[in-house]
Amino acid sequence: MSDTPVQTSATVLTVRQVQDYHALTLVAPAIAERFRPGQFVALAVGGEHTARLVRRCFGVYEVKPDYGGTVELVFADREPGTAWLAGRRSRDRLDLVGPLGRPFRLPRDPVSCLLVGGGPGGAALFALADTLHRRGCQVHFVLGGPSGGQVFGSRMARRIGDSATVTTEDGSLGEKATVRDVLPRVIQETGADVVYGCGPTDLLRSVTQVAGEYGLPSQVSVESFLRETGACGIGVCMTCMLPMHGEDGVTRMVRACADGPVLRGDRVRWGDLGTIPFDALGAPRVLAVAEGGDA
Amino acid sequence: MNTALMETRLGGLELPNPLLTASGCGGTGRELAQFFDLNRLGAFVTTSVTARPRAGRPTPRMAETPSGLLTAMGLPGPGIEGFVERDLPWLAEQGVRTIVSVAGNSVEEFGELARRLRGVPGIAAIEVNVACPNVEDRGRMFAWHPGAAAAVVRAVRTHARPGVPVLAKLAPDVTDIVTIALACVDAGADGLTLINTIEGLAIDTGTLRPALTGVSGGLSGPALRPVALRCVYQVHAALPGTPIVGVGGVASGLDALEFLLAGASAVAVGTTLFHDPTAVPRILRELEEALTARRIARVADVVGLAHKPAGHVPPQVRPEPPVPVPDPGEAKEKPS
Repeated sequence: MSDTPVQTSATVLTVRQVQDYHALTLVAPAIAERFRPGQFVALAVGGEHTARLVRRCFGVYEVKPDYGGTVELVFADREPGTAWLAGRRSRDRLDLVGPLGRPFRLPRDPVSCLLVGGGPGGAALFALADTLHRRGCQVHFVLGGPSGGQVFGSRMARRIGDSATVTTEDGSLGEKATVRDVLPRVIQETGADVVYGCGPTDLLRSVTQVAGEYGLPSQVSVESFLRETGACGIGVCMTCMLPMHGEDGVTRMVRACADGPVLRGDRVRWGDLGTIPFDALGAPRVLAVAEGGDA
Repeated sequence: MNTALMETRLGGLELPNPLLTASGCGGTGRELAQFFDLNRLGAFVTTSVTARPRAGRPTPRMAETPSGLLTAMGLPGPGIEGFVERDLPWLAEQGVRTIVSVAGNSVEEFGELARRLRGVPGIAAIEVNVACPNVEDRGRMFAWHPGAAAAVVRAVRTHARPGVPVLAKLAPDVTDIVTIALACVDAGADGLTLINTIEGLAIDTGTLRPALTGVSGGLSGPALRPVALRCVYQVHAALPGTPIVGVGGVASGLDALEFLLAGASAVAVGTTLFHDPTAVPRILRELEEALTARRIARVADVVGLAHKPAGHVPPQVRPEPPVPVPDPGEAKEKPS
């Protein structure tokens, strides 16, 4: 097993509709064997002579050793690139780079883990659940979304999780609530020792905050932020930057792809996403002066 | 058939092949090194180094456009100290020929950067990113004025170690790029890099606002290639003795060949690296094949060839149609 990512021409095995999303299974043994939960892949869309230069980044739902090693992704077809992906047929070939980014850190002891997912981001938690189970950890799920169709994997979570709580904003599935509403209760009921999250940034911010209130560490994957802002997935384009505290307390702009997508929730400055905080390393000096910082 | 000789020169700098990375597109080098040996590059061009660390602009910094990419990054980077301490030694350790791109807000800052790099080993050449806002002139780009561009080049040439080639990287959105090129060469540039991005705008029809935080951004990618080729062609016609690095939407070996024919001695790959991390070795292979198919023995023989009058080009350069080869990956990776 090697840590370095590979670029490969992967064969499509299946594309199927799962609730409001698409699940794409690709034969990519070199990526499947290197993959660790939390990592992602970057796909070229539109074919060889396409006008679309930006790679699409997706978390991995599952890797399987059968068929020579498959990688499965879950995505919403919200823009022309992902719509093109949704239209692929079996035996089509796709240019795939992976596995990329840093994986979820795993607990050393068999502790109680709470896995919180929102929308298609929930998909990335199942590979993690598998690994945690194998380490003897308890795995509890909280999955949420605006409607039932947008909650990925609720049945699977009920099957494999030690508990599963599902929330929808319209009440069409599970409780009519947001993930944030139920988190304190679930943390108390499950006696969680660590919280993992993957989904929209608002959800990750809540996860981090509630986990913090209970003194729990949080590991969150900013895969959805990366999907919206990233162009390359490998750390060269510098378009997916977000502000984060370092060990030394200094805020730096880090790459969601190469420094993430899994980050310590308490280190991310969620309120400052989409800005350069005035006290960040290398922030524009005019701002630093205006804010009374060092000029 | 013998394969073509790929060696090329940028003034005093000898390169084993004409394929470079474009500034700002290859990260620190470490990211691309995961995918191929950086020693296969003619040279690695660094992201523009600034005097102090810069966080750059807030997201969104990028918008996808047809065959292009619009970006407004705000020159993020560790600053010259961080670069000299961490990034440059790593590149030198790998034995990568490194062209250091420098960017400043004033003529003095450019000079300071060149001075700081003077004593540092492992620099093959310095590329001057003239497309920076000139704080002393209402934030207008140095690259827009022959005088301002020349002043920057002169400052870098004066302070850089003698013998280290200085390349000026020019912006295309000017009335006459040849005038700017002439001014830079007069000021001591050993070569030119053509071109930087062209300014563009994209509007997000969802938010009804400009798609980038920086409002307008730099357009890169294949959409830019005809503009870049035109610039290379015009400047080579005016300054046939000045080596040119052609940049702008190079995605294949034939794209690279186009730039060589227009007058470039080397070709840099930029946005394509975001799309395809192994683009450089692939393009190099494709270029080698393209030259061989045209019975051209050396890269140097095609530089500027498109300027020769029709009929001067020997008839045998028409390549034979390629023989279709079955895809070996097909059988190997088929699920069983």
